[in-house]
Amino acid sequence: MKKSIVLYLHVHQPYRIRHYTIFDAGKHHNYFDAKYDDRTSNERIIHKVAEKSYLPTNRILKELLDTHPEFRLSLSITGTILEQLEKWHPTALKSFQELVATGRVEIVGETYHHSLAFFYSLAEFEMQVQMHREIIQRLFGQTPTAFRNTELAYNNDLAYWADRAGYKAILAEGWDPVLGWRSPNYVYRPTYTNNIRLLMKNYKLSDDIAFRFGNQGWTEWPLTADKFTHWLNESGDATNFNLFMDYETFGEHQWGDTGIFDFLRHLPSDWLSNSTNSFMTVSEAADAYDPVDKVDVPYTTTWADTERDLSAWLGNPMQHQAITALYDLQTAIVKSGDFTLIEDWRKLQTSDHFYYMCTKWFNDGDIHAYFSPYATPYEAFMNFMNSYHDLKYRIAQKGLLVE
Amino acid sequence: MKVFMLGWELPPHNSGGLGVACYQLCMELAKHNVDIDFIVPYRADYSHIKFMKVRPAHDIHIDEVENLLTAYDSYRYIEKDTKVTYIDIQDQQHMYEQAVGKLVRHAEFDVIHAHDWLTFRAGIRAKQASGKPLILHVHSIERDRAGGNSGNPIVREIEQLSMLMADKVIAVSNHTKKAIVEDYQIPAENIDVVHNSMDIGSMEPLCTTTAYTYLEEMKKHGYRVVVNIGRITIQKGLTNLLYAAKTVVEKQPKTIFLLVGSGDQERELLELAAQLGISRNVIFTGFQRGKNWRDAYAIGDLFVMPSISEPFGLTPLEAAGYGTPSLISKQSGVSEVLQNCLKVDFWDVDEMANQITAVMKNDSLRDELHRNVYQEYVRLSWTDAAKKLVNTYALHSGRVQL
Repeated sequence: MKKSIVLYLHVHQPYRIRHYTIFDAGKHHNYFDAKYDDRTSNERIIHKVAEKSYLPTNRILKELLDTHPEFRLSLSITGTILEQLEKWHPTALKSFQELVATGRVEIVGETYHHSLAFFYSLAEFEMQVQMHREIIQRLFGQTPTAFRNTELAYNNDLAYWADRAGYKAILAEGWDPVLGWRSPNYVYRPTYTNNIRLLMKNYKLSDDIAFRFGNQGWTEWPLTADKFTHWLNESGDATNFNLFMDYETFGEHQWGDTGIFDFLRHLPSDWLSNSTNSFMTVSEAADAYDPVDKVDVPYTTTWADTERDLSAWLGNPMQHQAITALYDLQTAIVKSGDFTLIEDWRKLQTSDHFYYMCTKWFNDGDIHAYFSPYATPYEAFMNFMNSYHDLKYRIAQKGLLVE
Repeated sequence: MKVFMLGWELPPHNSGGLGVACYQLCMELAKHNVDIDFIVPYRADYSHIKFMKVRPAHDIHIDEVENLLTAYDSYRYIEKDTKVTYIDIQDQQHMYEQAVGKLVRHAEFDVIHAHDWLTFRAGIRAKQASGKPLILHVHSIERDRAGGNSGNPIVREIEQLSMLMADKVIAVSNHTKKAIVEDYQIPAENIDVVHNSMDIGSMEPLCTTTAYTYLEEMKKHGYRVVVNIGRITIQKGLTNLLYAAKTVVEKQPKTIFLLVGSGDQERELLELAAQLGISRNVIFTGFQRGKNWRDAYAIGDLFVMPSISEPFGLTPLEAAGYGTPSLISKQSGVSEVLQNCLKVDFWDVDEMANQITAVMKNDSLRDELHRNVYQEYVRLSWTDAAKKLVNTYALHSGRVQL
């Protein structure tokens, strides 16, 4: 039986908010320009992640694309990281462009600002998807034919929207309560849609690489490409293995010394040694396989936490207050016609800001804390709200304040 | 008249209002021919103080002192060589008592005057060694600091025993006097009330631009600002203020609450504001001093002090000086001396909301309140307090008042 690996990597960095106080509000509007040695310095983080992850990983991916004509993968790259790479690390940007230039790397569409706009303002969401399409066209000469929403947040409404917008494929978490007895290793069709295909992340296999790879207490440690492809070959029940994860898995979430780069380097040759195996991009998989069933997702799923819902971003009242306050400014902000103001407002929509305010397991200092540049979720909240107040100040100065 | 005065701190090495009150009171006493020997529990340069003699009880040479907010934490001393020392409050009190016990043998004085519980054991030691009368000055009791709970039993015991042994207890308000009678069964006739005051000459003037650019702009667009300045702890009653704020914002959405200070309730209140759905109307600035602190008073349309128990409460007087009228809880000492301000019971959230809303909606009410409270403010002085104390000294030392 023919089987494919659909490898999809998500590349993103937000514009982190600096220490921004109520005394800054109204005096200057630089929410994102922390000093270089500060924890919230975006420039410093871009340099760090580029050196630790983007450059070494892209070097390997390029080698693999050059050596194996059958190797393919998909990437999603947000507008906020592309902007920052253009500004601060053009070499890393070039290394992504070189991958795409091989013609075997598909770029998946999403919102430019990695936002949750779909749940708050359809007009704003569509605008950001359009902005993302444009920057992808400009930098990579490609127009996305597949769609992923921020944090893989997905429901029937989103699938309906993406179908109408003409996408071939959409991505979602292969979450058990949704799939029931069914396997994520097939192509599906979302309910209430006509053409679009649904590809669902195989979270067990994906997380073996993304989360468990370096864990020496894991019974399968150490994981080799040989062992991993053996599992896939033994699995009879499959056409496509959807390995979806953060790009930063390679070199950042899993550091180089875990052997993650060797794993990546050997994955294609080990997998392709069986002649019926192949790699596909997400749109290729959507074209190649007929859907085996319809999948109904009336509520929103995401790829985060054990809950697989939006609670990491919108689970507590602070997060809820922050995001509704921000979207309540939409009318006035858009009306202002001031592109700097609109852009600052959009940068604040990036989902990471709300993630930093998450208080779930805050006391345990777990994965949420690892990804946050702030000492506490409260600090993240205060910096955000002070930036919000400054947006309001700017609106007020233009005489556009409505309450 | 010679007074052996036991104090815990003096500005600029003060962690709170106690140091300021002691300093200003002593300055006024000196004008009334009182000769003060002021003993502090650390060594620091007080050569700028000419009206009394400030002496260290022992040899911790400090640059800065930081009370970590509750009576049971350690004090953090930043010493001259920038070394940071933490001293447990009980140890510190014990060291002070020992040191005062030695100093008192070589001192000459008519009365002992001790400020707040940390100095009370030292006061008793001095009384035993010298046979001179002991006057205890109560700026707050344990019940106040514990926000209506009973507090630390060791501190309560020190307060009760010392007050039983004292020749006279001075309370900073009737509110405090009543609490002392209730909590420690001290006979009411042994307690005199001497209200605190403030030296209005010590208020730093405002400058022309505010630190709160954002609020200034919002006010041009019809917003009004409610300010609270103080530690964010249970004693201060800010939970009730936030509940009231929810109602105020419903009635008058263009209201912003500015909370200036830090404390152990900060995160709790941040989350409460979010739960109440008023995060965009409540700004937490953290601890501020200097211009940011002064301008907070000035930017307000109403200052609110909703304390559950406030022995005195200086902030509404400072607010008046910086142009802002106040709403204060009836459970405060300052409500006994200030007439032209709004007063509510700390627990009456609806009435608190009602009165705040009234000021938010009527600039004329705000202006009239301030015009009148300012008349009270300019008359403030420590003279009455000093006169009462001079009488008390004379009565207990058997000396005739000069």
